[in-house]
Amino acid sequence: MAILIDENTRVLVQGITGREGRTRTRLMKEYGTKVVAGVTPGKGGQEVEGIPVYDTVFEAWEKEGPIDASAIFVPAPLVKEAALEAIEAGIKLLLLVPDRVPIHDVLEIHAYAREKGAKFIGPNTLGILSPGKAVMGMIGGRAKSAREWFKPGPVGVSSRSGGITSAISYYISQAGLGQSTIVHVGGDAVVGLPHPEIMKLFEKDPQTEVIVMFGEIGTSQEERVAELIKKGELTKPLVAFIGGKAAQKGTRFSHAGAIVEGNRGSWESKVTALKEAGAIVVDKITDIPEAVKKVLGK
Amino acid sequence: MAKLFEYQSKEILKKYGVKIPEGGIAKTADEAVSIAEKIGYPVVIKVQIWETGRKGKGGIAFCENKECVKEHAEKFLGKEWGQFTVDTVLVEKMLPVKQELFAGFIIDDATAQPVLIFSSIGGSGIEEIAREHPDKVAKMHIDYIRGLYAYQAREVARKAGIKGKILNKIGSTLAKLYKAMKEYDARSLETNPLAITEDGDVVALDAHIVIDDYGVYRHPDLGIEIAREFPRPATELEKIAWNVEKNDYRGTFYFIQMVTDVPKDGKHIAFHGAGGGGSMMSMDAVLNAGFKIANFTDTSGNPPASKVYRAAKIILSQPNVVGYFASGSGVASQEQFHSARGFVKAFLEDNIDIPAVLRLGGNYEEVAVEILHTYLKDLPVKVEGYGKDDSPDFCANRLKELVEENERKPHRVVPHKEFTPKGTEYKIETMTGAIYIDHEVCKNCEEKPCVNACQYDVIELKDGKPVLKIDPEEAKKGKCTECLACEIACKFHGKGALYIHLPIPGLREYREKIIKKQGA
Repeated sequence: MAILIDENTRVLVQGITGREGRTRTRLMKEYGTKVVAGVTPGKGGQEVEGIPVYDTVFEAWEKEGPIDASAIFVPAPLVKEAALEAIEAGIKLLLLVPDRVPIHDVLEIHAYAREKGAKFIGPNTLGILSPGKAVMGMIGGRAKSAREWFKPGPVGVSSRSGGITSAISYYISQAGLGQSTIVHVGGDAVVGLPHPEIMKLFEKDPQTEVIVMFGEIGTSQEERVAELIKKGELTKPLVAFIGGKAAQKGTRFSHAGAIVEGNRGSWESKVTALKEAGAIVVDKITDIPEAVKKVLGK
Repeated sequence: MAKLFEYQSKEILKKYGVKIPEGGIAKTADEAVSIAEKIGYPVVIKVQIWETGRKGKGGIAFCENKECVKEHAEKFLGKEWGQFTVDTVLVEKMLPVKQELFAGFIIDDATAQPVLIFSSIGGSGIEEIAREHPDKVAKMHIDYIRGLYAYQAREVARKAGIKGKILNKIGSTLAKLYKAMKEYDARSLETNPLAITEDGDVVALDAHIVIDDYGVYRHPDLGIEIAREFPRPATELEKIAWNVEKNDYRGTFYFIQMVTDVPKDGKHIAFHGAGGGGSMMSMDAVLNAGFKIANFTDTSGNPPASKVYRAAKIILSQPNVVGYFASGSGVASQEQFHSARGFVKAFLEDNIDIPAVLRLGGNYEEVAVEILHTYLKDLPVKVEGYGKDDSPDFCANRLKELVEENERKPHRVVPHKEFTPKGTEYKIETMTGAIYIDHEVCKNCEEKPCVNACQYDVIELKDGKPVLKIDPEEAKKGKCTECLACEIACKFHGKGALYIHLPIPGLREYREKIIKKQGA
């Protein structure tokens, strides 16, 4: 098992003929993801990495059959249209890779996804990867690295930073363990599936025995994870690290989501809430593998 | 987030039919007086800064006559206010207020919906008011697709204790405010106070709108210079950096000065992260090693080498830093040699005089580290490259050792020489610059390493000369990724015939000023 994607997930790539779309399609295919079709309006009939390109998502569905998930690699101003099209066509899981998507566009996608029972990861995400099964997005960069860095195992990883998603997972593999699924929830203030939603999925996944979460200042995600633990909705052990201790209020440090407004979302508020709920909060990212091993009794 | 001044926020509200007091902005005391004379007394004069709580800090004055207006406008204009210098005051007609209200719209990340918060007893310290007077404050989550109807807003106001005919005006005002928030891509919109006047009008006496950075491009009318969060107006160097970023969507480049005038204390270093989380982790590491950071920079999301080069050049325009630290997550998906080449070009051009530790872990890190160590070994200082198995703490401590070795000598900014082509070179235009090849010099080159170095198959040999292989338009649109490989290959393995010019508008002039200040 794993969460969100596995070797059977039928994946569409929107924006497949662009610079990123093309490169990442190769990575996904080489890693074993079932990429069934691509869409670029006006470029239907072409092929990218042996994958047929269609003009619309509806057409791709018509010709290739049901599609489970779509990875979106179009420029930020076009993300909203691409996402709404995928949802309307019936796709239930989207991955919005681009950075700089306007927050109001994200709200609109959210509202429509809710109406149609669809979910989305991102925006501003490196993607998701279930080791040995499939990858969506760009985690790992190339299949060879992704195979070296990530191994199948019992640790679920959820992170608000793309680079750290890979770093944590790599440290876990180096320690002789492996991951069930690796999720970069996205760096923005509003994302489709924030930490609490990912926690619920890991809770239900039989492969996942322990969860590692990389949190950051800003937003209410980590505080809400603490609430899940308190309510008994998250019972699996959680090892967490919160970045941004040194950050100043009101100043953004790279991720749009990592901005502290007033006292909401401060480093102290998150660490306190998680510790009180019983999560293990480590001081350094490099301490994560030891903490995980301890939890697993290894 | 892009904050708007009160007067800008009010102009937006006016467009949506929300009532605001009559008045205008003034940049001089005389202008302030003429506005006051026109609208009639009493008036209120307010400093225009990005902070709230101006009243308590003496930034608001009430005047009954011309002398008072002149006196206060003179006092306010030019005043240092936190990190601001006040250059604008707003002069408005003072209205008799019957009741102060509060209306705020924010985005709730938990529900991914806008939320209306309304209070019938004003809103300074709204969280406390909500706790102490729960019957006077009401909230509502807004369905993004349906929007906010006046009838819903009336219900919110009713729950907060509003009764009678005024409910209609409040309801329609709230609906208009929400429309403004949505259509202007606002992260938040507040009116504190929103007032019921003695005449029975509902008027926004103050307004505060914050625009979403990523939505700014849809609102050129706002004239927002830099769509980035800044706690103060941007510095000249930050503006130069923003101009690099603004039109180049390949990866992101973020630059903010933590100290605008770096002291010669031997502690400040130049900081260059990659990726949000990795940058923060790396920043913690250098702070733990006893350093202070002069700037915070992040180049991430797979930026081309040209962007990293420009970032490094901008970072090196800060005098007195004693070291250069670059570090990302350590396990980056992106090919690390792009950043490496960006650093090589910048460090060589500036003949960097402070030690640098560059942690370029991730895909092709071995290639990246080799590039650094091969091409930067002859610099007067040490530049060391590290990979994913070297922790940020180790790297920060390594920089400390190198800085000690260099006796904590402060960085001296050198002139930024703009390349001037002879005019006879072969030229290839790229997305943000141009490649110049002196074919006369190429005649003496047997290896032509530039062609082999080009990973993207952009150049080829024709009659023994390296020339563009693809359509010039394609090269300009981005097929040439400005990876800088050809320039480095030519410089070290060829005859030095090839130069890639990547302009950074304003940097030459900026550095000239800094150099003058730093003295001999």
